[in-house]
Amino acid sequence: MNALVGTGGLIRLILRRDRFILPAWIVLLAVIPVSYVSGIEELYPTAAGRAQYAATSGTNPTFLALYGPLHSTSVGGLVAQRAGFLPLIVGLIALLTVIRHTRGEEEAGRRELLGSTVVGRHAGLAAALIVTMTATLVLGLLSGLVLTSGGLPASGAFTLTLSWTFAGWVFAAVAGVAAQLTEGAGAARGIALGVLGLAFVLRVAGDVGGTGNELSWLSWLSPIGWAHGIQAFGGERWWVLVLSAALAAVLIAVATAVSARRDVGAGILAARLGPADAAPGLRSPFALAWRLHRGLLMSWTAGFVALGLIFGGVADGVGDMVEDNPQLQEIFARMGGRGGLIDLYLAGIMGILGLIASAYAIQAALRLRSEEANLRAEPLLATAVGRLRWAGSHLVFSVLGPVVALLAAGATAGLVHGLNAGDVGEQLPRALGAALVQLPAVWVLTGIAVALFGLLPRVAAASWGAFALFLFLGQVGAVLGLDQWMLDVSPFTHIPKVPGGAVTAEPLLWLLAVTLVLMLAGLVGFRRRDAAVG
Amino acid sequence: MENIIVAAALTKSFGPTQALDGLDLTVRAGEVHGFLGPNGAGKSTTIRILLGLLQADAGHVEMLGGDPWRDATTLHRRLAYVPGDVTLWPNLSGGEVIDLLGRLRGGLDPKRKADLLERFDLDPRKKGRTYSKGNRQKVALVAALSSDVELLLLDEPTSGLDPLMEEVFTTCIEEERQRGRTVLLSSHILAEVERLCDRVTIIRNGASVETGTLAELRHLTRTSISAELASPPNGLAQLGGVHDLRVDGTRVRFEVDSNQLGPVLRQLTTLGVRSLTSQPPTLEELFLRHYQDELTGSQPQGASR
Ligand SMILES: Nc1ncnc2c1ncn2[C@@H]1O[C@H](COP(=O)(O)OP(=O)(O)OP(=O)(O)O)[C@@H](O)[C@H]1O
Ligand SMILES: [Mg+2]
Repeated sequence: MNALVGTGGLIRLILRRDRFILPAWIVLLAVIPVSYVSGIEELYPTAAGRAQYAATSGTNPTFLALYGPLHSTSVGGLVAQRAGFLPLIVGLIALLTVIRHTRGEEEAGRRELLGSTVVGRHAGLAAALIVTMTATLVLGLLSGLVLTSGGLPASGAFTLTLSWTFAGWVFAAVAGVAAQLTEGAGAARGIALGVLGLAFVLRVAGDVGGTGNELSWLSWLSPIGWAHGIQAFGGERWWVLVLSAALAAVLIAVATAVSARRDVGAGILAARLGPADAAPGLRSPFALAWRLHRGLLMSWTAGFVALGLIFGGVADGVGDMVEDNPQLQEIFARMGGRGGLIDLYLAGIMGILGLIASAYAIQAALRLRSEEANLRAEPLLATAVGRLRWAGSHLVFSVLGPVVALLAAGATAGLVHGLNAGDVGEQLPRALGAALVQLPAVWVLTGIAVALFGLLPRVAAASWGAFALFLFLGQVGAVLGLDQWMLDVSPFTHIPKVPGGAVTAEPLLWLLAVTLVLMLAGLVGFRRRDAAVG
Repeated sequence: MENIIVAAALTKSFGPTQALDGLDLTVRAGEVHGFLGPNGAGKSTTIRILLGLLQADAGHVEMLGGDPWRDATTLHRRLAYVPGDVTLWPNLSGGEVIDLLGRLRGGLDPKRKADLLERFDLDPRKKGRTYSKGNRQKVALVAALSSDVELLLLDEPTSGLDPLMEEVFTTCIEEERQRGRTVLLSSHILAEVERLCDRVTIIRNGASVETGTLAELRHLTRTSISAELASPPNGLAQLGGVHDLRVDGTRVRFEVDSNQLGPVLRQLTTLGVRSLTSQPPTLEELFLRHYQDELTGSQPQGASR
């Protein structure tokens, strides 16, 4: 039988299942960059203004780390840098989509149902890849059109947007391979996310020292680095796309080869046998939750340690920038001189880490919903375990997990920066404080997830919408010049800018109060409602 | 005799779907109670209400002398549940799940666990995601049967078990009955119900349509009779309880309600019987009648057709 028979039918099935989410992310991601065009034209209308921006914000390590290098001082160049997190986002969405429609389906047993009809052995993989890759292509073309109509030169616009498409292709292919390796969708997702994280960290490490530093080559090891290496608006290097296309092709070939060799439902990394009896400690809902959460918690913590190392490692270099640039010294003197600049940098970085930690908080809290919807909560709730005890066992991870992750990032950043600057004693507590002060904002996201779980369980995943909104407000809000009241919607707006800034307890207490109310509402709602299936 | 489960006039709807519509169910202490009904009749919904996972919209429900919704956790110490769809945690072994569920219920008997694992031929070292459907079912069964509880709530526990394992299950339930445990057994398998159950409740569209002992239910079934008579079968059609009468000269074929068998036989003898075959009533027929009404959408039938 032809291995691709039935691909068309599966494509239609995927399109039908994703008929809302697919257009939603394409349009959202296509529109974000053009919003930068007007914002930047308004803030920096003159070439001189943009050169000034390039010399300051555009090349400071925070921006280099988060958005990548600046290749041109044209409006397009500034837009391209500001949109520098898009390869990561597109890669993330592509990866999650492919896993969900391949290994996710297999794990749920639905693939088997289809496999017994006329569906070739590669059809599932092919359909998921075709849909995802076409979607990122549509995103690239649409976004390129929108940017061109927004007044940017077409060649630069399309290079930029197609670089996202190709990043999407590479990570769709990475997910295609990961989906063949393990038996569980969670583990496959973990592998693919690990590759994405590694690619991001490599790019950050290569870019953060500025163009032409001795570690620049690291970026060239990363498919995300390639998306920046294409230099949109700054002497485009189209050939970089060939690298991505070639890697994607190789990975797809690997995925196909592995898929041809394994059984439906099986993985290459075979599951090992477990113990015949439970350890004596496995006797409470919390002990079970620990088993279910520990892998995730450890990978998040490891990721935060890596981020802490990178961000802490370059903090001292931020200060050097001032000394290298006599014209700017006066400006920076007003911002508090060398020390003030580093503080500003640390505060900014910790704000980003806080936001990332809130993604973990949501993920851990939503485990409640997936346990319930997959009927794994039912046998537990049919024992002497009360609902609150069961919910609490998972919420511990949503509440304390971010504490662990931020503590790890703050401690490593403070330690590394302290060692560089020669006073660990002072820098460590400052960095720790800056990391931990994010927690009240992070917990608001826990609160939102719990409230939705308790009151509107079927749409609990909408917590990610809140996350996206806060991300948008934090990253794009200021560039767009949004009104303060809109920015105030995000809890992260209310976190004091430390180290350096003043700390007032009031906004933090408000955030804690909001969290408490949301969590209480969610838990009371959960106690009163039916255990909802599906 | 003490009642372990009393549900009266339960209603429950999910949006536009009326899952339960005035359901009554009484389970007595120490009995194995069969719970039958076509797909979507509301069996799982009823059991979930008994477990306090769902709250009934209206009606009265009492289990082990408590309110399943309010006293959920205390009642759960005294019962064990086997869900119809068993999903396990992918990274926990079957043995770990059995121990965990047993401990959360308040302890399990390791000797009995080992014995059950052997009888069900289950490898407890496999991880959750590598079990077949039948083996997942066995994990839940072993967890439930090795706990020391008064009441077992089993929702289609044998779906997915092979015939050999079904036999093992039947023996296990017989043992449970001898120990004086109460069992509520939802099932589609009639042989299993006939062998195990003391009393049966049949539900349809969320309401109970029959309840009683198997002997009582047999009264609701019909015997098929075909006979060769000495004279034309006059007056047979007028007798109560006769259905589907087909006459071919002096040969007759018909069905008769089991509680009308006596008068009909008397009439046959007056007519003179040359030969007679009768097919005994089966519960299957009764169940099929109830199941099929579902398809044709007509009302449940007593004696008339
Ligand atoms: N969570 C739910 N949301 C919406 N409808 C539901 C839900 N649970 C059950 N139903 C509906 O309630 C009705 C009764 O379902 P239930 O699962 O109790 O049937 P059942 O008798 O157990 O069927 P089966 O023999 O197939 O297991 C069905 O129509 C079903 O679709
Ligand atoms: Mg059911």
